[in-house]
Amino acid sequence: MPRYIVSRLAVTAVMALLATLVIFLIANMVPGDPILAQLGDVAASNKAFVAEWRAKWGLDLPLWERYLIFLKGVLHGDLGTSIASQRPVLEDIAQYAPATIELATVGFLLSLLIGVPLGMLAAIKRDSWVDHVARAVSLIGVSSPTFWLAFIMLALFYGGLQIAPGPGRLDPIAFSPPTVTGLFLVDSLLAGDVSTFRDAAAHLILPSIVLAAATLGLITRTTRASMLDNLHQDYVRVARAKGLRERRIVNGHVLPNALIPIVALGGLAYANLLTGAVMTETVFSWPGLGRYTFRSAEALDFPAIMGITLVVALTYLIINLVIDLSYAILDPRVAR
Amino acid sequence: MRAAAPGRTAPTPAVLAVSDLRTQFFTDAGVVRAVDGVSFTVGAGEALGIVGESGSGKSVTAQSLMRLLEEPARIVSGRIHFQGRDVLAMTPSELRKLRGAGMAMVFQDPMTSLNPVLRIARQLVETMMAHGSFGEGEATRRGVKLLGRMGITTPERAINSYPHQFSGGMRQRVALAMGMSNEPALLIADEPTTALDVTIQAQILELLSELNREFGTAIVLISHDLGVIAGLCSRVLVMYAGEVVEEGSAEAVLSDPKHPYSWALVNAVPRLDRDPTAGKRLTAIEGAPPDPLSEPPGCRFAPRCPFRIERCSDHPELLEIGPGHKSRCWVTQAGASLELPATAPLSTSPVAGEVGLATEGSEPGEGGIVALVRSSPPRPISPSGRAFGAPKERPTDLSHEGRGEEPPFPTPLLEVRGLVKHFALPKRGFFEPHRYVHAVDGVDLTVKRGETVGLVGESGCGKSTLARLILRIHRPDSGSILFEGNEIAQALPGTIRPLRRHLQMVFQDPYASLNSRMTVEQILDEPLRVHGLATTAAEIRERVAELLEIVRLDPKSGARFPHEFSGGQRQRISIARALAVKPSFIVADEPISALDVNIQAQILNLMLRLQEELGLTYLFIAHDLAVVRHISDRVVVLYLGKVAEVAPAKDLFAAPLHPYTRYLISAVPIPDASIERRRERLRLAGEPPSAVAPPSGCRFRTRCPLAQPICAETPPLLAEHRLGHFAACHFAGQF
Ligand SMILES: Nc1ncnc2c1ncn2[C@@H]1O[C@H](COP(=O)(O)OP(=O)(O)O)[C@@H](O)[C@H]1O
Ligand code: SF4
Ligand code: SF4
Ligand SMILES: [Mg+2]
Repeated sequence: MPRYIVSRLAVTAVMALLATLVIFLIANMVPGDPILAQLGDVAASNKAFVAEWRAKWGLDLPLWERYLIFLKGVLHGDLGTSIASQRPVLEDIAQYAPATIELATVGFLLSLLIGVPLGMLAAIKRDSWVDHVARAVSLIGVSSPTFWLAFIMLALFYGGLQIAPGPGRLDPIAFSPPTVTGLFLVDSLLAGDVSTFRDAAAHLILPSIVLAAATLGLITRTTRASMLDNLHQDYVRVARAKGLRERRIVNGHVLPNALIPIVALGGLAYANLLTGAVMTETVFSWPGLGRYTFRSAEALDFPAIMGITLVVALTYLIINLVIDLSYAILDPRVAR
Repeated sequence: MRAAAPGRTAPTPAVLAVSDLRTQFFTDAGVVRAVDGVSFTVGAGEALGIVGESGSGKSVTAQSLMRLLEEPARIVSGRIHFQGRDVLAMTPSELRKLRGAGMAMVFQDPMTSLNPVLRIARQLVETMMAHGSFGEGEATRRGVKLLGRMGITTPERAINSYPHQFSGGMRQRVALAMGMSNEPALLIADEPTTALDVTIQAQILELLSELNREFGTAIVLISHDLGVIAGLCSRVLVMYAGEVVEEGSAEAVLSDPKHPYSWALVNAVPRLDRDPTAGKRLTAIEGAPPDPLSEPPGCRFAPRCPFRIERCSDHPELLEIGPGHKSRCWVTQAGASLELPATAPLSTSPVAGEVGLATEGSEPGEGGIVALVRSSPPRPISPSGRAFGAPKERPTDLSHEGRGEEPPFPTPLLEVRGLVKHFALPKRGFFEPHRYVHAVDGVDLTVKRGETVGLVGESGCGKSTLARLILRIHRPDSGSILFEGNEIAQALPGTIRPLRRHLQMVFQDPYASLNSRMTVEQILDEPLRVHGLATTAAEIRERVAELLEIVRLDPKSGARFPHEFSGGQRQRISIARALAVKPSFIVADEPISALDVNIQAQILNLMLRLQEELGLTYLFIAHDLAVVRHISDRVVVLYLGKVAEVAPAKDLFAAPLHPYTRYLISAVPIPDASIERRRERLRLAGEPPSAVAPPSGCRFRTRCPLAQPICAETPPLLAEHRLGHFAACHFAGQF
């Protein structure tokens, strides 16, 4: 087991290094001139000005040297300075990330807490009404386009019924809680500010449902299939022949096996939620990473793009590592 | 040594009484009457055997007893009384208290019947705790003791392990420990040894018999193997198509069966205690069991029965025909005996019996019996033009007298020398060294033209790898393979391809080895095209029809798909595919292991006939020693990648020289209750060690009772101790 952990960590480290290289190369090889995008036509035609500008941002050095500089910076937590905002990229990311983390985490927990029990019930009571509901949920969740779902939800619950708050993280007139983690739910509680907590929570409902819909569908479907698969295994019949209670058979025998594929799926889904919220964030005016990414891409802001891509890659690598390690805990056959 | 159980047949108060049990599956295709009016009792401490081919309703009966079946299965009528209580009237909570406490069950496949993610301790302890008989600490202590009792070494460590850390045999011991943990009055074991090697099977059967004696636990032992039943059970039920067709003492049913189906079962299996050269017949009844959706209205066995009379179109009852002996057959109920007229012509009209397809049924008069006499007619001319006139006699019949006659199989077709194949295992970690499975580790083997060489050994000893090396599916690490004088061990694919024609293979699983999306005709014409043996459509059609004819399938069935055939028929298709290119050598890797005994007999007979007609040479791999002796001229015993012993079949079984061979032979159960009980059984303890780090010196030394210090130091050479009889042991024959 310790050996397994060490080897997974080593693999993750190598992958992370590779990721920096790939990201660097891609960012430096895409067509499109950042100078043109940043300086505008007039300034870009001034040769001296451009040369000075290139020297300032290190664009005149050879590629490998630029990579080493980039790598050294990364290792020191320096992702460079955003061309657009003129601030360190890491600072930018740190500012936008909490909104996304909060939204993705709530959405993820929502899909997990609804999807797993729903999938379980659907499998146990196969062909009952619960099963039909579960199938409808997974079908709708998986097949509705996010954009469309976001508009429907907003139009229905905010515009029409007026039971949900509008876009944004808080009411326009409310103040953010003092920043500790950047997660409003946490910060408001730390500040003992219950009304802000309520406000933040209410604002999270619609976007997190929209964001979680596809994941919820996927998790429900996978849980159901995995449960059904395991309910028909021989060891379940053996457990029954021992005279165990049905509850114990499901929770003690079937679930630990059925969860194994859900861990992998859930982990990847969480990574997707963290990194792929552009659409939802745009519709709900959510000041998160998705929108920062979008803006940086528009401006061809290379340091920002590289920083974000690196963060995304690291998120996937870390979540993968967590999945692998949970496998080792859940399934004794994995790590010998 | 299984103790005889005299007086067990005397009526004791019944633990279990089943009457007129009917269990049906309500499927979309219709109602499957899986168990159809089964009645029996099990006395306290009695061991009852249930036999029958697959699908006859044994497992459904067993699971009905505990009401373990789920939709679409329903017990539609009947009564089950356990210790006087009506099981079918029990509430769910009463039922739960019964399961695992009064009545326990062990299932067939130990690989899937333990929960893979839970420790043994948890699975063992919960059985005891669920019935409130023990607290956790007490239950754990008992669990350790139980594991020890079931023959698990270091039970303290074992109880904290996970199932995947154990072999199949060990897992079955764990399952037995779980079954016995609340000291049930009745233990139901559904094919508990079917998935195990014969040596391990002997250990588990021994254990069951001890539990039966020591704890007075009544046992219902289900098996398709009569030999397994013979040693342990005092009484036997024979099931066919959901019904009990015969019931009686094990002695009576096995030695003097009173139902044609039991008769066929008893006669279909080759037996180690009988001399195969004495003109013994292997009887194979034609066809397969009836479609469970539409059983024939009269006697269900009638379509396959060689003793059929007019009355058989009425459904017979299960009636007493002797003291404690019942049969469901008009003929034996009328007092007639089951003797086939010993008419010789049966074997000379080969088409008559082995027919697989119902459309091609034989004349009723012949009853579809094929009897194959082992002493063969003169051999026809081989494809290469060499005469195979040599009668198939054992070379050692001569060699014992030391006569210098010319051996009957003069030219070696295949010569393997020092063959080695190691497989690299996936690395455990980044910085770990590579580890290798020593699958085949210096094997010598000679196969002469026209002979059959049998290859036996426990699973994992390298049989299949050796077969694949010879066919060059794998490339050997070192050693030489001479096939018809060509060195192919390291030959390139281009060199081997033309030789492939002469070297064909038949696999174990007739389901997996045929492409399900190809018609039979496509399956058979593929090799013809590849080797350019038939080019025009007419030629191909003709050859396909001919091939189907050769394996006794309907020549017109070429347009059908594999799934439309039964297991036995599919194995015929596999054989036809191998024969398509007119090979001289066929490697058959457990070709009959997945089949029921009756179908096994059909396929064995087919292979023997083909050998005689086409002059084929076989390398026949099997774990069933009786079958190997029956079909082979010489036998090679493998142990952990090395040859332990090679000898003519008769010598090997009459006087084995290597201790391992002796134990293997002794582990084979004999389907005769009186012999089985009197038999002095040698027990081979333990399981083969890992092939990753095989023991130094003699590989068998860790299990060998004769082992001396020299055995750990010097690997014994494969030496010829008698003419044609080789053994790799420092103390060969000295037991
Ligand atoms: N789940 C099922 N659905 C429909 N038929 C079944 C099912 N399980 C078993 N059967 C049928 O019940 C009959 C008896 O099967 P089984 O008891 O498993 O036989 P055995 O144990 O003797 O091999 C067979 O005809 C089989 O096809
Ligand atoms: S009743 Fe007739 S068909 Fe059935 S087993 Fe007896 S002889 Fe054969
Ligand atoms: S060489 Fe020694 S250990 Fe090996 S089989 Fe012979 S006696 Fe046993
Ligand atoms: Mg069965």
